[in-house]
Amino acid sequence: MPSLLDIRRRIRSVKNTQQITKAMKMVSAAKLRRAQERVIAARPYAAQLREMLASLTTATAGGDGADNPWLQLREPKRVDLIFFTSDTGLAGAFNSNLLKASAQFLAEHKGAEISLILVGRKGRDFFRRRQANILAEHINLVNRPTITDAQSIANVVIDRYKSGETDAVYLLNNDFKGMLSQKVNTMQLLPVNSASTADAGTAEYIYEQPPLEMLDRLMPRYVEVAVLRALLETAAAYHAARMTAMDAATTNAKKVIDTLTLNMNRIRQAAITKEIIEVVSGAAAAE
Amino acid sequence: MAETLHLQVVDPERSLVDEVVDEVQVPALDGYIGVLPGHAPLLSALKPGGIMTYRTGATEKVLVLLGGFVEIQPGRVRVLADEGVHPADLDQVATQKEMEAALKAMDEMHGGECDPAIALEQVQRAQAKMDGLAKK
Repeated sequence: MPSLLDIRRRIRSVKNTQQITKAMKMVSAAKLRRAQERVIAARPYAAQLREMLASLTTATAGGDGADNPWLQLREPKRVDLIFFTSDTGLAGAFNSNLLKASAQFLAEHKGAEISLILVGRKGRDFFRRRQANILAEHINLVNRPTITDAQSIANVVIDRYKSGETDAVYLLNNDFKGMLSQKVNTMQLLPVNSASTADAGTAEYIYEQPPLEMLDRLMPRYVEVAVLRALLETAAAYHAARMTAMDAATTNAKKVIDTLTLNMNRIRQAAITKEIIEVVSGAAAAE
Repeated sequence: MAETLHLQVVDPERSLVDEVVDEVQVPALDGYIGVLPGHAPLLSALKPGGIMTYRTGATEKVLVLLGGFVEIQPGRVRVLADEGVHPADLDQVATQKEMEAALKAMDEMHGGECDPAIALEQVQRAQAKMDGLAKK
């Protein structure tokens, strides 16, 4: 049976842990609010870009557009995957869900030659230990992603896709769905999925520059913004997951403290009872 | 025919302008385009660096745009800027430095290291910021 002192020590240590998890939760809550604002602020640009892209692809479809590297449909023999994870853990199943999804992606595209672009330390560490073809690694980005970060990631795939070194580009990341849920999202970035863009294209536009030329300018922006969006979503989802995990840890610590306190009181009570019995029986013996 | 013009300017990180205006001047790639309500639908790329002017009644405002696209509809102008800056957020000293650096790069270009198109764009960007400062 542990002594009173041992239990007191344990209670103190659990209390310390509880304080830490509580603080981490608060930090994540603050960061989440910022990350969420940025996700929302980035939405209008992405939405409008998609609409513009849709009307341009409609305008260039058929005829001279067929030879354009951006519009060509190639058989996906070589596939690039941009994989977003977080740099640090302590966020529940956030990263393990992603890693599972990435393994599934690799299994689904077994026939293709897959190159990886890894964003975030967790994903990098995971694939470093395996035999994988890693094109680029980016770490320490998820905390404050900017458009410049997104550009440095996007440039690699833009060049590769344009020159025909790769036939398809996918994004794999966690989307922020709300405080309690993240959704693993695999998205085909290139070639542009015609189904996802076909809904717009209402008006007949006057094109100041030839549509193909504009497409050439627009496509890199499209890729960059998609990467930025994935970065921002990852950041928001990560902080939400971490907040939930730390909240659970704090509640758990409270439970452990309660059990330990109960135990401690029991032992103390037992010790007191024992002493009383000793005194009483001593007195009885003396009579 | 549309009576008003809804102007929206966004860049990848935020929304810069969202208001109803009477007239807009957009720095398109092939020259400035003046837009009044009822303009025909048009798509164009923007200059690497330019000043957009928009007017509501008698008040005129400017915005520095560093590349991007514009989409015009009869009652709506939407600008997708690569980057947009309010003149009030520009810093005199930093802009001056940027201009000098860009010009220097332009001069040294004849040494043959740097792409002339990129150098020119840099100068245009810096120039747009200078113009923005002048209108502050």
